[in-house]
Order: sequence, then C-alpha cells, then structure tokens
Amino acid sequence: MNLTVLLWGIPQAMRLAARVYPDYAARLKERNVVVQFRLRDKPQGRWIKLDGGKIDTGSGLHTAPDLVLEFKNKALAESFLTPPIDLLERIDGAKNFKVRLQGSDELAVWFLGVMSRLESLTWKAGVDMGNGVTRYTSGTNGGPIFVYVKDGKIVRTTPIDFTDEDAPSWSITARGRTFTPPRRTTLGAHGACQKSMVYSKSRLLYPMKRKDFDPNGERNPQNRGKSEFVRISWEEALNLVANEIKRAKAVGPGAIAVDHGSHHQWGNLGHYLSAFNRFWNIVGATKLMHTPDSWEGWFWGAMHHWGNSLRLGCPEFYGTVEDCLKEAEMIVFWSSDPDTTYGFEGMQRREWARELGIKMVHIDPHLNHTAAHLGGKWIAPKPGTDAALAQAICHVWITEGLYDKRFVAERTNGFDEWKAYILGETDGQPKTPEWQEAETGVPARDVRALAREWGSKKTYLGAGSWGVGVGGACRTATGMQWARMMTILAAMQGWGRPGVNFGNLQFGSPLDFSFYFPGYGEGSFSGELTFGANAANNYQRMPHIVTMNSVRQSIPRMWFPEAITQGKAGGYITDVASVQGQFFPFFYPSPGHVPVRMLYKYGSQLLGTMVNGNRWIKAYQHPSLEFIVNQSVWNEGETPFCDVILPACTVFEKWDIGEWYNVGTGYVHHMYSMNNHRVISMQHKCIEPLGESKSDYDIFLALASKLDLGAMYSEGGTSELDWCKRVFDSSDVAKHTTWRKFFKKGYFVVPPDPEPAREAVANRWYYEGRKKDTPEPYPLPSDYSGRYLEGLQTVSGKYEFVAQSLKKIDDPDRPPLNKYMPTYEDPARNPELSGFPLKLQTAHTRYAFHVMGDDEGSTVNDIREHRVLKDGRYYLVARMSRADAEARGIKDEDLIRIWNHRASIVCAALVTERLRPGTVSTYTGSARYEPVGEPGRSTDLGGCVNMLNPKESITKKGHGMKPNAILVQVEKWTGVDTWQPQEAN
Amino acid sequence: MSKWNLIVDVAKCDNCRLCFLAVKDEYIGNDFPGVSAAQPPLGHNWLDIRRKERGTYPLVQARFMPVMCNHCDDAPCQKAAKGGAVRKREDGIVIIDPEKSKGQKQIVDACPYGAISWNEEKQIPQAWPFDAHLLDEGWTKTRGEQACPAQVFRTMKVDDAEMQRIRASEGLEVLKPELHTKPRVYYKNLHLITKCFVGGTVVHHVKGVEECAAGVAVVLKKDGREVGRATTDTFGEFLIDKLEPKSGGYELEASGPAGTCGTQFDVAEESRYLGVLTLKAV
Repeated sequence: MNLTVLLWGIPQAMRLAARVYPDYAARLKERNVVVQFRLRDKPQGRWIKLDGGKIDTGSGLHTAPDLVLEFKNKALAESFLTPPIDLLERIDGAKNFKVRLQGSDELAVWFLGVMSRLESLTWKAGVDMGNGVTRYTSGTNGGPIFVYVKDGKIVRTTPIDFTDEDAPSWSITARGRTFTPPRRTTLGAHGACQKSMVYSKSRLLYPMKRKDFDPNGERNPQNRGKSEFVRISWEEALNLVANEIKRAKAVGPGAIAVDHGSHHQWGNLGHYLSAFNRFWNIVGATKLMHTPDSWEGWFWGAMHHWGNSLRLGCPEFYGTVEDCLKEAEMIVFWSSDPDTTYGFEGMQRREWARELGIKMVHIDPHLNHTAAHLGGKWIAPKPGTDAALAQAICHVWITEGLYDKRFVAERTNGFDEWKAYILGETDGQPKTPEWQEAETGVPARDVRALAREWGSKKTYLGAGSWGVGVGGACRTATGMQWARMMTILAAMQGWGRPGVNFGNLQFGSPLDFSFYFPGYGEGSFSGELTFGANAANNYQRMPHIVTMNSVRQSIPRMWFPEAITQGKAGGYITDVASVQGQFFPFFYPSPGHVPVRMLYKYGSQLLGTMVNGNRWIKAYQHPSLEFIVNQSVWNEGETPFCDVILPACTVFEKWDIGEWYNVGTGYVHHMYSMNNHRVISMQHKCIEPLGESKSDYDIFLALASKLDLGAMYSEGGTSELDWCKRVFDSSDVAKHTTWRKFFKKGYFVVPPDPEPAREAVANRWYYEGRKKDTPEPYPLPSDYSGRYLEGLQTVSGKYEFVAQSLKKIDDPDRPPLNKYMPTYEDPARNPELSGFPLKLQTAHTRYAFHVMGDDEGSTVNDIREHRVLKDGRYYLVARMSRADAEARGIKDEDLIRIWNHRASIVCAALVTERLRPGTVSTYTGSARYEPVGEPGRSTDLGGCVNMLNPKESITKKGHGMKPNAILVQVEKWTGVDTWQPQEAN
Repeated sequence: MSKWNLIVDVAKCDNCRLCFLAVKDEYIGNDFPGVSAAQPPLGHNWLDIRRKERGTYPLVQARFMPVMCNHCDDAPCQKAAKGGAVRKREDGIVIIDPEKSKGQKQIVDACPYGAISWNEEKQIPQAWPFDAHLLDEGWTKTRGEQACPAQVFRTMKVDDAEMQRIRASEGLEVLKPELHTKPRVYYKNLHLITKCFVGGTVVHHVKGVEECAAGVAVVLKKDGREVGRATTDTFGEFLIDKLEPKSGGYELEASGPAGTCGTQFDVAEESRYLGVLTLKAV
C-alpha cells in the first residue's frame, strides 16, 4: 500500500475506533504526544498529535515531536506498515536498524501498543451462557478448564466437555473389546482448586516494601523474613527495582542473580521460559542452573546404559497404550503412582487394563494411591533398597533361563560381565532372593514368584510415577542404582517385544504427534535459542527477535546458599544434547564476573521444594545480598524473605495460550500423550487483575521501559493478546479454524491420527533390528556411533549392561557395572545415625503441584489426606505405620514432630496400615513456612519436609538432589521447641 | 413423576477429591437464592470423602466413600426444622432455606449422616443442595459427577418405582437403612466399607526352600458349614470378602498338592490378615 495512504489512514482508524470503543477512547487520553513518522533518506512524513484524546494530524515534519519513527526509505515503510503484517520483514527492519525509534522508550511502547490495539478491538472472547454469564477458557498446570464469569467475578470452573463439533476420539480394540476415552478433559486437584487460589486471602494485591529496608540507608538484610511490609505505589516500586538493577549492573557482569521455580502458571507467554527469560536475556543476569530435578536416577544413572539424553535418560513411550492393552499380561508398577499430581486421564486406561484381567504388581514401601485403587500384589521393600530386589530378580532369571536370550545376544553387550556379577563369580556374593531379603525385607519367596511370573508373562514395567521414569525411587541416595536396574530388567526381557515395554498406561495415547502447537519449553517469544527448545520449531514458526544473556556466570541452584554465604559453588552444566554433556563442570564465581549482590525472584517457594532449606534462610539474610525483589502471586512461606514485593496476577487475569501438558521438544517430547485428547486452549483474561496486581509480562515490560528496553522487550509494543495471536498463527490450529472462532470458543481438540497412520510402538524398531521409526528427533544425527537411525545413543550403539560412558569418568557413585551399594542412610551400618530409625519418603504431592495448590486459601487444605486443621492451622499430613505410631503413643491426627540434624517439622499424623513399618511418608512441596522461633534455626509448623533432606549430591561428579528415603525420628509434638540445627549450614 | 437420585459406586472411588473440590468451587463465594447461601472459604465439606482401611500390613485395602446430604424422603432435618426451614421439592431435592433456617443449629444435629455443616458467620445450617440450581437450568449431571474421572457417580432422574427396580437389580444400598430415612443417595459395593474380609498367605517348601503356594483351594467355614471359598494367587495370597463384622469364630482350611493347613480365628470389628500359613504333607 502506498505510504501516503497508509500514514493518512492511521489517524483515521484511531479516530474511528475511539468513536466506537469507549475503552479505546479512554486509552487515547492517557498521554499527550506528538508522534512523527518520517523517512531517513528524504524529509517526508506525517505527524500525529494526541491531546486529551483528540487526534490532530498533518503531512510533513513537525517541529517538536516527542517520538519519531524513522524508516530507512519509502519501500521499507510501506512493507512495515501494510497489513497483514509480514513479521519477518518487520523483525528484519527492527533488528537491522532499518527502523529506528527516537524519544522516550515508555512513550514508544505506549504509542505502538495503541496502534496495534486497532487490530484486536473487534475480537470477541468467550461464549454467552445467558443470565449475564460468559464462559471463558483457561489453562492450569492441572489441565484446561472452562471459567464461568458474571459481573467480573469467577462463578465456577469446570472441566471441558466436548461437543460433536470437536474432533472425534480415538479407539483401541484389544482382546475383543473396543475402548474409547470419555469425551472430556479431567483435571488434577491443583487445577480444580484454582478459583479458591484466585480469591485467596494470601494473594499479593499491592507492591510492598519491607519497612526497615532503606535503599539509601540501612538495608537490614538480617531482618528479611521477620519484619513487616508496607504498601508502596507501582511507580515507587518500579523505580526502586530499576535503580537497583542499574546499581548492580554498574558493579560488573553477573551481579544480579535471577531465580524461579521449576514451573510456573500454565501458559506459553507468562512462563519463566518466556516472559522471564526474554527480560533477563536483554538485561543480563546470573541464572541459576537447574538440574533434572525429579529425574535424578535416570539422568545421572540410567542414561549411560541406553542414551535417551534428550529425555533425561528416560525411554520413549509411543504406541504403548495400545500395545499394553493388546499384548501385556502383567504390569509391574515400581515406585509408580501415576494417580498422583497429574490429571486422571491415565486412570481410565488403567481401568480398561483391569477389566481385561491384566495382572498388577506394585512395588513401593507405601501402598500408594494407584496401587490401592487398582489392587494386585503389593511388595514393600525398605526405602532405598529396591536395587537389591531387582538384582535378585535377575538372579532368578539367569539361573532359571527366564530371559530373552536372543535380544541379549544380538542387541546388547556386557551381559557376561553382568551375569558373573549376579551369580557372585566376581565378588563372592550371589545376588539371590535370600540375599536381597536381608537388604529389602521382602520375603525371598515373593521375589521368586514375581521373577518367574515376569519371566514367563509379557510384562510392562511401570517405572517411576509416569511409568517411563520420574519421581520416587530414582530420587533416593541409591536412585541411580535403581533406575539403572530398571533398564537392565527391561533389556533382559527384550525391551520392545510385543507386550514388553515401559509404561503404566499413563503415557503413549495414540494421538497425532506431528500436529504442531508450541509447548511451553519452546520458550515462546523469549528469543532464547541456546538453552531451551526454541530453535527446533518455534523460532521458524513464530519469527521474533533473538535475545541472548551476555552474562556467562551461573550458580547451581541446589547450592545457591553456599554461593552466597561462602562465596563459591560449583556444579555441572545441564546439557542434554549428549550423554557426555553432563560431565562438564562450571564454577561460581566465573572468570571475569562479579559476585552476586542482588537477587530477583520470580515466584517459587524453594524452602518447600529444595533440600536442606534452612540453608536458604541464611543466604536470604546474608549481607552480601544487598537487594532481593520477589515477583509473586501469593504470599508463600518464602515471600517475605525479600525487600520489595511485586504482585503478579493469576492466569485468569491476563491473556495467554497453551496446550495441555505440551512442553515441546524439551525434556519430555510429546508429553501430551499422557492425555486422551490434545487440547489447545486460549487462556482468556476472564477477569481484571485483582487489586493492583499485574501480569508478569506487564511487570517486566514496565521495568524494561525504566531501563530503556521496553520497545526491545515487547518488540515494539506487542501486547500479551497480540502475542497470543502470533502463537496461534504459528501453529497448525490456524489451518483448522480461524483466530476469531478459536478466540471466542476458547479451545481446540486436535484430531487423532487415523488408525493406520498411528505411530509405531516404542523401541519395537530396536527390538527388531530396524532403523528407528518413532517420531522423536533423538539422538542427534551426530550422536549415532553407527549409521543414522541405527542403534542407541551409547558408545557401542547397543544396550550396554556395563556402561562404557561411565568408564570415562572415575565416579565412585557410578561404577560402569551397576553393583549394589547399600545406602548410607542406614542406622545399622552407620551407628552415628542410630538416633534416627525411621525412613522418610518425601513423595511428589498428590493434590498440589509442588507448592501450587497448597496456598493458605486453597480448598485443597480441606482434603484430609493433604492437611489437617488443628487449633486453627492446617498441618501437612505425615503417614505413619500403625506399629511405629503405637510405639510412640501417637494416634491419628495427633501433631507429630519429624526431625533430624538438618531440620525439625511439625505434621499431623495419618496412622495407616498402608506403610511398611519403619517408614514415614509425606508429600513434598509445602507452600508455607512457619518457624516457631528464629527462621532457619527452629521447628517449622508449615510443613517444609524437604528441609530434612541432605544438600549433598546424588553423585560426586554431578549435581542432583537425593530428596527421598532419609533418616528421621518422630515424636508427639509437645508444643515446646528445643530443636537446634546441628549440621553446619 | 421423575425425581433426582444419585448412585455412588464405592469400588470406583480413589479419593482423587475432584468431586469434593468441584462442590467447593460451586458454592464458595456464590449465593444461589432459594437454594443456598455461599459456603465459607474453608472448613465446610458438603461433599465429604470418608476413608476406610481394611486389613493389616501387608494385606491392606484402602476404600473411599463420598458422603453428602442424602436428600431423604423422610428427612430427620426436616422434622427438626422450625418454620418450614427445610423443604422437600417435588423432584426429591431437600433444600435448607438460607433465610428461614437462621439460628437453627438443631438442624445440623438432626442429620444422622453428619452431612450438614454450621455456618458460624451466617448462623445457618448448610448442606449440599444436589446442585438444584444447575439441574433447574438444564444440567443433567451434578458437579461431582462431571468432575469425576472414575465414573463413581450417576445422577439419575427417574420415578421412584424405576429407582427401586434399579436398586434391586444392582444391589444398591443406602446408609443407615435401619433409620428408615429413605435416602435418595444410593451406594454400590458398600460392602467394601461395611463388611470385613479375611486374607492370608499360603506357602510350602520345595527342596527345603520356602515358596509361595499358588492355586491352593482355601475354604472358609463357620460352625462346620462352608461360607466362603478362594484360590491362592501367584503369591500364595487369598482373600474372602463380605464377612459380617463381629461375626465371631471361623475355621479356615487350605489344601494343595504339597499338603494342607488350617487355622481358626475370630472376626471382630475389622478385616483380618491371617499371616503366613504353611502347607504340610498330610
């Protein structure tokens, strides 16, 4: 379009919009400004003047413009401004300085936002349900939901019931029966409680400052977590934070550390991988290096036997729902409780397996929720001893010839060495069922019965909560041994044979895996191409400006306290591109960088999720941290350990977009195969932000403008709503429906592949010696030791009973041959631990998602198996066996104190027969921290049981947690706190 | 005329609590005039889930039973209420009037199922009103049924004769039938809560090594008469269900190729795990 017409049209469109849309007219009144559009090569252009909402305009050059948009030439200006916008052209113009902005950054963001709003004014969100009720959609960590709103208030939230307009569901025919999933979504409990979280009394509604923090005087860091906060204005808060950022940056690279939880609220835009990463990449910060928390044993251990590094050491899962239902005769759930944490889609599939008569065995010290629901044989080893049980199974298989000899001979190597170890030829100790009984407490006869059944029936191994890894036994001190054993058991039974695979029906639904919608792990508009999955698909699909953090310093998250209090810490880079990627150490402080003096926290409640959390309090109160800001939705236990609080809003109060359990080509590629349907949801701004809270994006944008980076951050005033449209346009949904229809209805169900086109069964290709035919781009082409698509990602290209990659490092915790090494957490072997006779299981939370949902105002509190109300406080539940409880005079719902030398936590007892005696079982992830006395040095009433866990790494040459199965003692809580930390923090 | 009933299958419930949370989601913060006043943010469980463990380590079952207002046709709360504070709708739903019931705490105490909560702030008794306002708008399922991933609930609108036919054909039970309150909430597989089982592990010795004894016939007798029978599984385990609590003495005999064994025991309040029973050559 001709430039003269375009420039003339802009003010005309604004005038028209202001006449029709009062909101837009109001917005025009926000600023008085003269904006000049001009060419660089000729003195030509047009100016627009806004004055009290009135629009004046003129051809040519204004004498005193506030803001100038300068285009290199006429052709460029025309391509830049002609709708529909060519994003590649626009980005090219911006990042190669063909278009320049002169004037206030804040004003530029405002004006460009006003211009782009012209496009979205006519979009209509939500479905009218009558009686003044509008039904919107949103997305939560527990699944997508409908949100019914009336008079600006959320009335109810429900699962999504599909209609005939939505894509059909798949069906599986197995053993004469046809199974089809219900036509709806199901939620996790932490998704179903979201309304109560929105209106929770612990919402942070105003910016606040700690009252004894003076940025120009005494900062009193020692009082963090103790002194009160006072309300301040957004302007004061933003100026304060922006000034502290400038102050820290002036010291040198790396002075600002930035931190976030492992997850965030659902949505592709607000996630830490998106809004947070884009901001800090353009500001520059020392990031905290997360490790594959919850995958420990798989990542540091199992990976070395079979590769799968881009799945953090876990196996693929394609086609396994159908294969399991058609072929399997037994499912062994080993430390596997899929009815916990995630939605209940898999529960329906496991119900089918039960109806088909597939046998179930559950191995867990706790008769977990899935086990109790499904029934079957319960085997309860002592926590942390599972590897001995697994080795005894190998012993039975070897001595009785009950393993897949062809697979072992053709598709693996190192078996002879393994066999010699199991038979005791190398160490004099045959790993018999009787030998394991002394370790695990499991009767030898049960192991023989299990091994024979397993060796003669086609068996699925559901290892970890997902059946394909994650959680549970992999997180104990012996978690690597256990996860490695899971791979060995699979290899001995012919992993990939029909009916023989990994899974518990939680993963592997027959969906369409090539229909593109970006997962949150792709980072959306972050521009981050180095750490994350953006480059694989999203960056081409949704052009946006690249960002890069120039600060090369980072801190291992689990040793952040040591980095602050001792000034140094070292860890290992989380590089999943290859098996060897995990061998690279890094150190803090890094060469040429300065120590951290400011911390910016993005939500998170690390006191509830990290190990030995009392260390964090010492760090938060350390004088070297001159400033801590916390951008957070809720006032959680850790929130007050800062100086300034910036109140963020929930997903229901902002625009976002996302797909249920789609993390993208990240660490769990095709994770949505957990669900019965792929559901992509618009996350409508259902209500206005509560109080003065703002969306994460708007907070970062406002801060960016204070740093002259707003136009860069927002790519020229792009709003969250505009980004949602760009995400939609980048996806395959745009090929099936229009933006306006999607935006109104709020969700889209992806049609599943027709049956003949379904993806192949996981690892069948390897079992049969073919080229890889499952739809994951792993291993990377360069990482095949043989021909492309042939073999595994190991040194030999085969499954390795003796892991050759471990031969290259000398790590006593990870010998190449996975020999049994008893856990240190054993009072019989280590007399110094004799005062702590009970093993504490700290399992992933069933009803909350880590700390999400455990907020003080959440309805999850009333769940008797989560927290118990006593004397006005909701105490976290700790399950105790009846035998252990009676020995201590403890009755159901009594308050108990669980302690060791690291921490002391009060919980409410749930006395049960569902635990192996000697075991205490709690959920991790408390949102509260309520010390009886001095923070960090007294008993916690909030339930931060992870504080009891050790800070040491699961392996000496790596850095991963071991937050499960540690020793504690328990007594009835007296109400008087005499506990003192004994471990030097 | 057709009326509302709810069927709850105890065997399918795994305590995921989505129904519990859905009821809270519906009533907290919302007034539905003529049906209910808003539920307090915390502490009221209009749909509660009661837990029952049966057996002892290591042979244990965990069962869960959703309990809510039973919408009794002969409702004790209605009798206790003054001034028409509790009314029965024609469609069977019992409504505690949020206005008329003010101050009437005796309504809470009248419920034999513990299903009525007292709202301290508003001084009113409150219970789950069967999502009447939603059913009136055309919903066909309760919030709890919609949220449930395990098909525990069936919301039924049928006439009373049809409901009694379903009750008989599916073996449905009501809570505390001895009170004759005529609940409209029916339970399937209620024996998993109310009855006891006996279980055990049968082993034998093969060349001096203890092995699980699979496929062994186990017969349960009372006063010499067979009252139950089971076969041990791969792990030598057996379980015989539906014994009456406090039903007294039983004899149990197991016999397989390796021999026989037997034991005597009492059933008191709870289910029994008899431990390891060793077959001996006859």
